[in-house]
Amino acid sequence: MRDDGDKITMLTMALAGNPNSGKTTLFNSLTGSTAHVGNWPGVTVDKKEGVYKKCPEPIAIIDLPGIYSLSPYTPEEVIARNYILDEQPDCVINIVDATNLERNLYLTTQILEIDVPVVIALNMIDAVEKVGDKLDEKALEKALGVPVVKISALKETGLDELMARAYEVSKRERLGKTVIEDAAVRHLIGDVKIALDGQNVKDPLFHAVKLVECDSIEVEMHPSALKTVEEFKKTHSDGIFGDDYEALIADARYKYISKNFSSVIKRKNEDRMKMTSSDKADKVLTHKIWGIPIFLLILFAIFHLTFSEDLLYLGAIFGLPSLEDLGLTVDGEAINYGVRWLACFYDGAVFSPGVIINNIWNDMLVGELFGFLEGLVENSGMADWAIGLVNNGVIEGVGSVLSFLPPILVLFLFFSILEDSGYMARIAFILDRMFRRFGLSGRAFMPMIMGFGCSVPAMINTRTLADDKERTATIRVIPFFSCGAKLPILTAVAGAVVAVFGIGNADVITFSMYVLGIVAAIVSVLLMRSTTLSGETPPFIMELPSYHAPQFKNLMLHLWDKAKHFIKKAFTIIMASTIIIWVLTHFSFSWQFLADEEINQSILANISRFVQPVLTPLGFGSQLGEYGWVFVVAAVAGLIAKENVISTFATLAACLAAVASLSLAGLDIEAEDGVDAVQAMINATNVTVPALIAFIAFNMTTIPCFAAVGTARSELGDKKRFNGTLIFWLASSYIIASMIYTIGSWWWTAFIWAAVIAIVVAVIVMRNKKAALK
Amino acid sequence: MEKTLDLFSPTETGIVKTVTGEGKIKRRLFDMGITPGAQITMRKKAPLGDPIEVTLRGYELTLRKTEASCVTMEIK
Repeated sequence: MRDDGDKITMLTMALAGNPNSGKTTLFNSLTGSTAHVGNWPGVTVDKKEGVYKKCPEPIAIIDLPGIYSLSPYTPEEVIARNYILDEQPDCVINIVDATNLERNLYLTTQILEIDVPVVIALNMIDAVEKVGDKLDEKALEKALGVPVVKISALKETGLDELMARAYEVSKRERLGKTVIEDAAVRHLIGDVKIALDGQNVKDPLFHAVKLVECDSIEVEMHPSALKTVEEFKKTHSDGIFGDDYEALIADARYKYISKNFSSVIKRKNEDRMKMTSSDKADKVLTHKIWGIPIFLLILFAIFHLTFSEDLLYLGAIFGLPSLEDLGLTVDGEAINYGVRWLACFYDGAVFSPGVIINNIWNDMLVGELFGFLEGLVENSGMADWAIGLVNNGVIEGVGSVLSFLPPILVLFLFFSILEDSGYMARIAFILDRMFRRFGLSGRAFMPMIMGFGCSVPAMINTRTLADDKERTATIRVIPFFSCGAKLPILTAVAGAVVAVFGIGNADVITFSMYVLGIVAAIVSVLLMRSTTLSGETPPFIMELPSYHAPQFKNLMLHLWDKAKHFIKKAFTIIMASTIIIWVLTHFSFSWQFLADEEINQSILANISRFVQPVLTPLGFGSQLGEYGWVFVVAAVAGLIAKENVISTFATLAACLAAVASLSLAGLDIEAEDGVDAVQAMINATNVTVPALIAFIAFNMTTIPCFAAVGTARSELGDKKRFNGTLIFWLASSYIIASMIYTIGSWWWTAFIWAAVIAIVVAVIVMRNKKAALK
Repeated sequence: MEKTLDLFSPTETGIVKTVTGEGKIKRRLFDMGITPGAQITMRKKAPLGDPIEVTLRGYELTLRKTEASCVTMEIK
């Protein structure tokens, strides 16, 4: 079952191995620029595919998820297992970390039981030899019965030989082989295998071993063969393990490995407990007292380097002069082209790298290009509606998405560095205790914090969570961690609140909205874990990989993947949505083209007027009068993609300006930060501050953009659970926004809310107590 | 002397005797190499006292105290 027709005849090899064994590096080295990311059938777990071209015929390389075992306890294990069993690759390249032979070979012993050609890539051999240890790969090859090739994925040595041997064995059939030596168990496995053989089951040995282990998938698949197993188990009981065949087989694998392979590796230094530099780093980073402050500092540094417009607070500390003070800009206009470049780096303060990249991208590259394109369209002599559609609809829509690319990529770069260096696992280690209070494991931290960048990869990242309910709860709250695309909503509305009402500070409003999102996430998780998603706290048994310097090439490839994803999103879903919105605002129900000043008659205005009363408790409903529907329009546009909320305001401001009642004097609604566009909305509707804050909160916690919704849908798998998630998002945003509006407008309503919350909590606690008593 | 892994103090070493616990947890412990006969050294506790970090089969593993309590150890 291949999705590309032209690959049917191509040789296929699957890359399998433990997490942190260098699998991604090997994949990148083998496939280079040919790699592309797709999805596994049925699930949105990244499926990386590429082509290796240096063999006599091209070979498709499939990167399987990193796994420790072929037992069916995480979605990744099931994917890898099903791929090897069902898709029958021509060869499995099993990458083994030579610095950690014992645990890595545990997976190997399971792969060898499948009837598939196998080659072992002994990776990180350079690290082993560097400390003076010696590894006898010939002895390993002899014992395992499959080719073993020493490689360094990082230095790209041994790769040609690896692929040559893989190519060679892929032409021959190979039958599965087990390392389990216990005579009685071997006998049992043999009997089950014969029974399965009789039913023409493929890979009988693998299935037989898993059946003896009472593996849940196998028990469902081969109920008839189970009888043989049960009968045997009744007559036979092992001294140490009793009836625990799972323990017996796991033990047998490790016994075989330690018996045979302790002689394969010759250590120069027998003292394995000596401090490596990784241990030294760990001593500081997970220190009893300093561990948590260091973590907070790193997290702060990442956000500071990405978003701060005053790097290290140099501007504030030294009172640096602005460009205007220096006479380099006049009324915000640079006096020459060089100053425009300077303005990307400095204006009264040195900008952080994230902001600098953002400025260069938006002011110098994308801004120029799109301005040029708009000019071309303007002078093209097309019909007015066509010019409007292309300029206001398409070009501005795409431009607004592309403008968010820099902060998202910079944030991703930092998270990739944390992940690659091994620190991310320590964060989970440090925070697990805290997360357990909410019924989650420390591992849920990674996807949640990634949510600050983008919900889509964050939701995909939840596949590292073994527990289904934990996964669902995490996916549901990920949008509450305000993503990069929601930040412009926050800054634009907060900026406008300050500009119009003179209240507060835009940074404080933005920051408190982030905090609100986190609090909403915590409360929601607690609520879900004690009601619809109640269950045991999931286990937390995780490898802590050695620290190592992240590799530039991998980081860049990773970023390139993300950039591609975003650009694709900009030109597909967002472009389509902006066109739809433009059409809905410029056509009436009778499909008549409407000039800007006739927006009152547009399809969207009519739909929004219909919806408007529902939003009255949120502050932007019926009380806003004639043009109140603009907030509904923006919120609806936000459902398609959050980037659209502010750009919709700009479009609407331009439309409303044509209607006599709205004056745009002194406002630059096309300004990139969107503050003036929001101000125009405030002028048109007389919306109050609590309602504006409620509006931000609503957009932050409601149904995320289409891309994220689609990801949630495939990650959750279950349709009922997905519908529940949609309802959860709508309900939580409605409740949070109305709470903010009512309390902000009439402080005493806080008591009513408190009473309601108290009753809800009391009911849940009583109900759970009752359930516990039963 | 016998005691469960969660009661170990840093730098203490022992040999796994038995592994108990609910199916999923037990399976995971096996897959990660905690099988009878394996040597485990306690490394440290997380800053908040839980989970713990141990060394076994040449690598670092972290697990919670509740999970570590499923592992009965023999101390030399």
